[in-house]
Amino acid sequence: MSEMPEIVTITTVVNETPTVKTFVFDKLFAFRPGQFCMVWIPGVDEIPMAFSAANSITVMKVGDATEALFSLKAGDKLGIRGPFGNGFSPSGKVLAIGGGIGVTPLFTLAASGEVDTFILGARTREELVFADDLAKVSDLKIATDDGTFGFHGFVTGILDQIDVVSYDTICVCGPEMMMKGILDRLVAKGIESRGQFSMHRYMKCAVGVCGSCCMDEHGLRVCKDGPVFTGDLIKTGEFAHYHRGPSGRKE
Amino acid sequence: MIQIKLPEEEIAGVPLRNHMLLAAGILGTTGASLKRMLNLGAGGVVTKSIGPKAIPGHHGPALIPVDGGLINAMGLPNPSKDFVEEIAPLKGEPVVVSIFGGTPEEFGTVASWFPDAAAFELNLSCPHAEGYGASIGVNPRVVRECTEIVKTYNKPVWVKLTPNVTDIKIIGKAAEEGGADAIVAVNTVKAMRISTELRRPVLGNVFGGLSGKAIFPIAVRSVYDLYDAVDIPIIGCGGISSADNVLEMMMAGASAVEIGSAIYDSVNVFSEIAADLYSEDGIPAEEIVGCAHV
Ligand SMILES: Cc1cc2nc3c(=O)[nH]c(=O)nc-3n(C[C@H](O)[C@H](O)[C@H](O)COP(=O)(O)OP(=O)(O)OC[C@H]3O[C@@H](n4cnc5c(N)ncnc54)[C@H](O)[C@@H]3O)c2cc1C
Ligand SMILES: Cc1cc2nc3c(=O)[nH]c(=O)nc-3n(C[C@H](O)[C@H](O)[C@H](O)COP(=O)(O)O)c2cc1C
Ligand code: FES
Repeated sequence: MSEMPEIVTITTVVNETPTVKTFVFDKLFAFRPGQFCMVWIPGVDEIPMAFSAANSITVMKVGDATEALFSLKAGDKLGIRGPFGNGFSPSGKVLAIGGGIGVTPLFTLAASGEVDTFILGARTREELVFADDLAKVSDLKIATDDGTFGFHGFVTGILDQIDVVSYDTICVCGPEMMMKGILDRLVAKGIESRGQFSMHRYMKCAVGVCGSCCMDEHGLRVCKDGPVFTGDLIKTGEFAHYHRGPSGRKE
Repeated sequence: MIQIKLPEEEIAGVPLRNHMLLAAGILGTTGASLKRMLNLGAGGVVTKSIGPKAIPGHHGPALIPVDGGLINAMGLPNPSKDFVEEIAPLKGEPVVVSIFGGTPEEFGTVASWFPDAAAFELNLSCPHAEGYGASIGVNPRVVRECTEIVKTYNKPVWVKLTPNVTDIKIIGKAAEEGGADAIVAVNTVKAMRISTELRRPVLGNVFGGLSGKAIFPIAVRSVYDLYDAVDIPIIGCGGISSADNVLEMMMAGASAVEIGSAIYDSVNVFSEIAADLYSEDGIPAEEIVGCAHV
């Protein structure tokens, strides 16, 4: 049962964008794309992160713990627990749609050769993550909110231009309102069960015990029953309406 | 193996569907997850402990699986009064509301929010929340006063004890004197781990509480001791993961049990245990409760 954090040493820090860094470490973890780990920043906190490779995480700076992570350099140590969760289970022709830092788990799916078409979205050109690598392994389509690169608008704008029904699996990760826009389109076509959505909820234990990450209406645990859920499981309930913060209060 | 019958009457004032409840703090933060555990075979559920104000909990790591169990220092995260709305859809189900406070008055305040609770469980035993739980639950006078105040809300009151005391019987008797309808034994056992590579404690809170198989013998011993000391029913808790463990707890003196950490291995643990434990021609549980006392 013992799953004490595995202590890793950072070997390289890659600046991906002004707000995103990749931390490469000295140990390999056997994970499936979409699975995540808990990253212990000693003295600060422990937070969930998708693997961006067997030996790396790719992090957007959003608050205290990620800021502390950003101050770390090669030679510094982290604790890693995991991998956790179910990961994506794609079959047939696969479309991936990633927005913002949500591209990370989908990037590993594409890197393993599983994605046919990739729609990548970001606020602006300089916040696009992994675009060059994704172009090598998939048919990449890009949207930026401000039109500084590719399609001017949201990823759903590109989705409306392609024949989504021709895809057997649609893997999605990104801001919840973006995922909602995609789920609505899949529901309209009656193919929401082909959608696989990677959810983000507040995690504490990551092993399905504490209840912090549970979602309404089925009470499913994002850390253990997810983080990837098919569209039919989330289309009713709290998705795109609310989530719970660290105390369990609805936000 | 011995098999028993499903309960035909209330246990400690609560109409349980079987002898096994979900323990406090395990998948107990939302109404939907509690409902899910009832659907998955729990005979009743105990909620996350609810206190006088919303608390985010300790920084992580907050829970670490170790050999034979889990160590947690969640720090009693809870949404406080918002939880009333959370469990409103469960009205009429066997939902025991776990509550805590820093003083008897605070226990009373929190109890007043939940007129639909099937019973209250007083958390006088969490080992990692300063000013709450075990830090007041080691004092027999405070335990009695908290029980008395919550008793005024006319519901069954279960008092949950910490094993981290010299003599658990004294605290159990104090709860009984205060009018408790049952004793729940036990909460987690104070514990910690250190990362040898980082030369520092793993838990964000430094120390926490051990649960799971590793503490089963401690829990059995606590129940056995209490059975000699009090006349009210005892609910056994700590490390239970099989039908045989349930029987052993009953033989020590437990009328029912609570199960938490075994969820780590299987979310279906209640129905899995029930399949082994129950039979229509089983014996009534009352026949074995306390039968091991020599
Ligand atoms: C399965 C999963 C995979 C993730 N993968 C990545 C990734 O690859 N790259 C990346 O940059 N981010 C990822 N995240 C998000 C990342 O966990 C949060 O950005 C991070 O926890 C923020 O911590 P903070 O202290 O810097 O921010 P805070 O200031 O504490 O909070 C900012 C926001 O971060 C979120 N957050 C904070 N703590 C937690 C927690 N314990 N659990 C969940 N959310 C939290 C909350 O939504 C909060 O509103 C992932 C989250 C999940 C659930
Ligand atoms: C993650 C976690 C959270 C817990 N939270 C609470 C709580 O809020 N209130 C409480 O009285 N006990 C709490 N406990 C203690 C359990 O209810 C139970 O007493 C203990 O875990 C022993 O039982 P077990 O070995 O079956 O888990 C918690 C335990 C765990 C593992
Ligand atoms: S984070 Fe604890 S159950 Fe998911």
